[in-house]
Amino acid sequence: MDKTPGTHPVKPWTFDDYTNSYIRRAAATGIYDIRGGGAKRRVPHFDDLLFLGASMSRYPLEGYREKCETKVALGTRFAKNPIMLDIPITIAGMSFGALSGQAKEALGRGANAAGTSTTTGDGGMTIEERSHSNKLVYQYLPSRYGMNPDDLRKADAIEIVVGQGAKPGGGGMLLGQKISDRVAEMRTLPKGIDQRSACRHPDWTGPDDLEIKILELREITGWRVPIYVKIGGARPYFDTTLAIKAGADVVVLDGMQGGTAATQDVFIEHVGQPTLACIRPAVQALQDLDVHREVQLVLSGGIRTGADVAKALALGADAVSIGTAALIALGDNDPALEGEYQKLGTTAGAYDDWHEGQDPAGITTQDPKLAARLDPVAAGRRLANYLKVMTLEAQTIARACGKNHVLNLEPEDLCALTIEASAMAGVPLAGTNWIPGQTPESGKHD
Amino acid sequence: METYDLTAMELRAVNAALQAKGGGEGGEGGGGSNQTCEVINPRGSHAIAVGLNAPIEVTVEGSTGYYCAGMNQQATINVTGSAGPGVAENMMSGKVVINGDASQYAGATAHGGLLVIKGNASSRCGISMKGVDIVVHGNIGHMSAFMAQSGNLVVLGDAGDALGDSLYEAHIFVRGEVKSLGADCIQKEMRSEHIEKLAHLLKQAEADADPKDFRRYGSARQLYNFDIDNAGDY
Repeated sequence: MDKTPGTHPVKPWTFDDYTNSYIRRAAATGIYDIRGGGAKRRVPHFDDLLFLGASMSRYPLEGYREKCETKVALGTRFAKNPIMLDIPITIAGMSFGALSGQAKEALGRGANAAGTSTTTGDGGMTIEERSHSNKLVYQYLPSRYGMNPDDLRKADAIEIVVGQGAKPGGGGMLLGQKISDRVAEMRTLPKGIDQRSACRHPDWTGPDDLEIKILELREITGWRVPIYVKIGGARPYFDTTLAIKAGADVVVLDGMQGGTAATQDVFIEHVGQPTLACIRPAVQALQDLDVHREVQLVLSGGIRTGADVAKALALGADAVSIGTAALIALGDNDPALEGEYQKLGTTAGAYDDWHEGQDPAGITTQDPKLAARLDPVAAGRRLANYLKVMTLEAQTIARACGKNHVLNLEPEDLCALTIEASAMAGVPLAGTNWIPGQTPESGKHD
Repeated sequence: METYDLTAMELRAVNAALQAKGGGEGGEGGGGSNQTCEVINPRGSHAIAVGLNAPIEVTVEGSTGYYCAGMNQQATINVTGSAGPGVAENMMSGKVVINGDASQYAGATAHGGLLVIKGNASSRCGISMKGVDIVVHGNIGHMSAFMAQSGNLVVLGDAGDALGDSLYEAHIFVRGEVKSLGADCIQKEMRSEHIEKLAHLLKQAEADADPKDFRRYGSARQLYNFDIDNAGDY
């Protein structure tokens, strides 16, 4: 045997095990990978920011003793009836079809208990979600599946969806496995076919048309309810500017970590910007048009903790929205179901084949037996607990920064741990007064 | 007959008055009597007579901008001139008649009712239609009935490029020339039930045409479930 010392075998960085498995899968199936959820890659995020807390120059508020408000009003610009929320955390749009009826009910129950709103999704409004949601935002999507004026008038707000963070520029997809009789009927399509949702609206293109579309929706609903415009994290400064000019009451901005029920993995991982990179340009647009806080900004995409909430608000958002985190609170990807996840060829925490309808947690399925596993009362309670914990955490941070309302948090309360996060968030790199891309005089991005 | 003059009234006031005929905006509708109204001097205004929900008759004397008769329920709306983009979009029921031409997206996503266009319709007529019947006396533009799900599109004249692209279960009837068919749209046999249905629609739309002169188009249903071998057609 040759005993000449050799180097260890080296796997190429470019062709790592995951990449090779991707190539083999593509070669075997001829179909791109479709999955649910948002971007899984590591991108600069709120973890890369820290609060400074109080110090000699500003004093903190006493925890549990001095009040720190969390109420937020959304839609104060033109609507007669803005949405009044007890907490600055809302539930993002997720459809009946993508989710089971039990999951939609649980979202409504949890949101009600916490004093916040839920949102419909592609496929229209179900009786169950209207009856279990005190405040319900009705999405107006390109597919217009299930869209009708009766439900429009029942909504507490209307959210015109231009894009979403997981797939800016992409439409939706609901594969045949999840098209039950009821889902098919709601969408006026045959059972069992793959349902494609268009990527752009059928009756308007561009911001000038959007302004007229908003006028129509206001006329149909008597100018009572707020009109939100949801955009994916593509060009946040210009998209926010155009949404404001088109007449939006609220801009919902969704970064690339924001989830979807199903789309191509290549879309999720390679299109759109991280949430952290989107927020400051959007706030800048609001400020440049002198409507910051008059037109509210709701940020979504990877919000997980009260710290994330506080950081989003400090950077200028009026509220945040959660989707994936809400599903986890209901029971999605629970390690208690590990055996069943393994049977599906995955593991708890990684399960993302939401489109296949085999969710052992009974959340992303239309299979009656699987859906029955989810107790909407208990799951709703878990969501309410989670929302309250996040709110308490955000209040804790706000008090530590001397703020008597979570919306009083400001960029000055933050520093960044990395150069990338500093540049994106527009706050100084920790230990310095340096913000890449800014000069002390400019006060904003170059 | 009540008359609303858009040179003397704000759009909101006109729509509120029309919507009140059914018990008011947000009401259940259906309770109004058969009233007739007219809107004069529309001057291309947008969103005229939207969200109506009662069996009333509204005549718009002139031409309208975007989304006239949007989301109509029960009402009969007659536009004496031409209509801008998105006329009768998402209509649920009732009848909308355009005596002139209609711009893009006429009857987009509409679920029910009857839309009659006595002139020509521009591109994407009947896009994503979900049950409405549309009768166009003239020609229609390209990409009409794109992703149309249900209902009937009847064209007495010619159709532009890519008719019925990515069609689902809607039926298309054309008397004139079809420049090209879109993906998964094919010509189909005209059976007796189609002749009967077409005759009924033509009569409702006051169209003088023989159903036997039309050809029927529908979905080949080859793109309903993804198949890599059809990738070039998507």
